[in-house]
Formats: sequence, C-alpha cells, structure tokens
Amino acid sequence: MASPQPRVGVVTYPGSQDDRDALWALAALDAEAVPVWHEERELPDLDAVVLPGGFSYGDYLRCGAIARFSPATTAVCEFAEAGGLVLGICNGFQILCEAGLLPGVLLRNESLRFVCRDVPLVVERDDLPFTSRCATGQTIVIPVKHGDGRWFAPPELVRELEANRQVVFRYAEACNGSVDDIAGVSNERGNVLGLMPHPEHAVDPLLGSADGALILASLVEAARKRVLALI
Amino acid sequence: MKATVLVRPKRGILDPQGDAVESALGHLGFSVSEARVGKVVDLEVDASDATEARAQVERMCEQLLANPLIESFEVEIHG
Repeated sequence: MASPQPRVGVVTYPGSQDDRDALWALAALDAEAVPVWHEERELPDLDAVVLPGGFSYGDYLRCGAIARFSPATTAVCEFAEAGGLVLGICNGFQILCEAGLLPGVLLRNESLRFVCRDVPLVVERDDLPFTSRCATGQTIVIPVKHGDGRWFAPPELVRELEANRQVVFRYAEACNGSVDDIAGVSNERGNVLGLMPHPEHAVDPLLGSADGALILASLVEAARKRVLALI
Repeated sequence: MKATVLVRPKRGILDPQGDAVESALGHLGFSVSEARVGKVVDLEVDASDATEARAQVERMCEQLLANPLIESFEVEIHG
C-alpha cells in the first residue's frame, strides 16, 4: 500500500503573504496541502494546520490581535484543543500568542528595524512532532523577515516554560531582542508550535538553505503517522 | 457616552519607540529623561450611565484593546 498523504491545511487571512509558499513547501514535502479561507467556520478534514506569515488585518492594534477573531482561528483553536497539530509561522505565531494557544507575545524589534536575513537557530529539543528530523543542539539556518519579532514573557513565565521544555528554538546570534534569544515556543502539550523564522522559505537548497524542510517534513511525517493510526 | 482608553507599555517593558522619541527630542534641544509611547482609543459607547460605560470599556480592554502581558490601560469616561 502506498504511504498515505496527510492533509495539511494552510489558513489564508486578509493580509497573509506566505500562505502560497507554505502550500508549495508542504506539497513539495509530500503532503496534500489544503488552502483554508479565514471565513470557514469548520475546518475540512485535516491532519495538521499551518498559520502562515504576513500581516493579517494590517497588524492593526497589535500583530495577530484581530485575526484571533476570525472564524477559522476559532476552528483552529478547537482543532488544537482536540490534540491536532498546529504550526504558526511569523504572523501565525503572533496570532497563536494572541489567541492564548501559545505563551508570550511578540513586540517591535529592539532595533525598530525590519530584519530580513538568514539566521542560525539552535534546536532545543527533537522529541516534538515539529522537530523529529532535527537533533537537539543542532544549528539550522532559516530566514527571518519581521518588524515585530521580539518575543517577550515575564521572568516567572519564562522560568516555567524553560522548566517545561517549551522553548524549542533559540537564535544562535542576536536577532531582534527576544528574551533569552527565544525564537520559537510550544504549548505544554507539545502539539502547537510557533516560531518567527520561516521554514517554508527554506525547503530548497536553491534558496540558500533547505533546513526549513527539517521542520516541515517532521510535521508532515507526524501528520502521516496520525493518518496511519486511523487506518 | 464618550470614552477614551489610554494603553501604555507596562513599566519595565523595553519600549524602543519611546527611546527613539526621547533621543529625537534630545536632538531638538529638549531635555527629556524618559519617553514612552502608547496608544489612545476613542470610543462612543452605548451605555445608560458612566458606571456601566466604564465596566463595559474595562472588559473591552481586558479582552482586546490591551494585552495584559505588556500593557496597562486607563479608562476615561466623558459624560
């Protein structure tokens, strides 16, 4: 029997930019990439969901603050609560933080400048559905492009996250002023992950790095295991 | 009923925008030891009295207008 293709949804909000790249990257990694419109109240049958980068609703008020109220976001929250795999990239990370699915918040970069470059990241744990193809301690190179990427949480919350091993990626060099150089965090259960760097822009060596494929292929593989478990 | 919400970065939260404003004011010759940049939201609220309006606006702040991790808010009700 051929290996089943997992169905991975990508939500498009008004102002999303990287939805098409995410769909392309997931398809390149052998998932069935399914576009999901922000007005959909119910998600189609999916094995994982990606919230892409961009500037949903013009980043009005705070990044991600308005997208949190989209019908699709409500559906994604229910999907996550039921144990579904959810990956938020850049603006998707900001939305997941505003929706309360992930801890912390993303603030204006310390430099006040938009950063757009490849950054080295250290993988802090390889036992999540998003990092199974990585190795703990490995440095991977993935591009960032954001003006509001400075992750922040109060010290007591950071201590709690460190104790729970919810810090998943750290910048290996200063990037935007994030607390403890944190680039990506998960929820306590480990089925929701957000990160500022863009794995979907790094799945082909032609673009300078294919390290993003390590993250997305981990997700596709985890989603495929869920399909197999149901067969 | 008119209401104004002032949203401020909490004390201790790094506010690079405020720092940039402070430095720009310094360039103009003003002596400023601190600048913090927040937001103002003016609202027209349907409420029968000021107490109800305040209660409503405070709920708006908690649910949307401010993020409690990083921002504090102040509500003013104008008759």
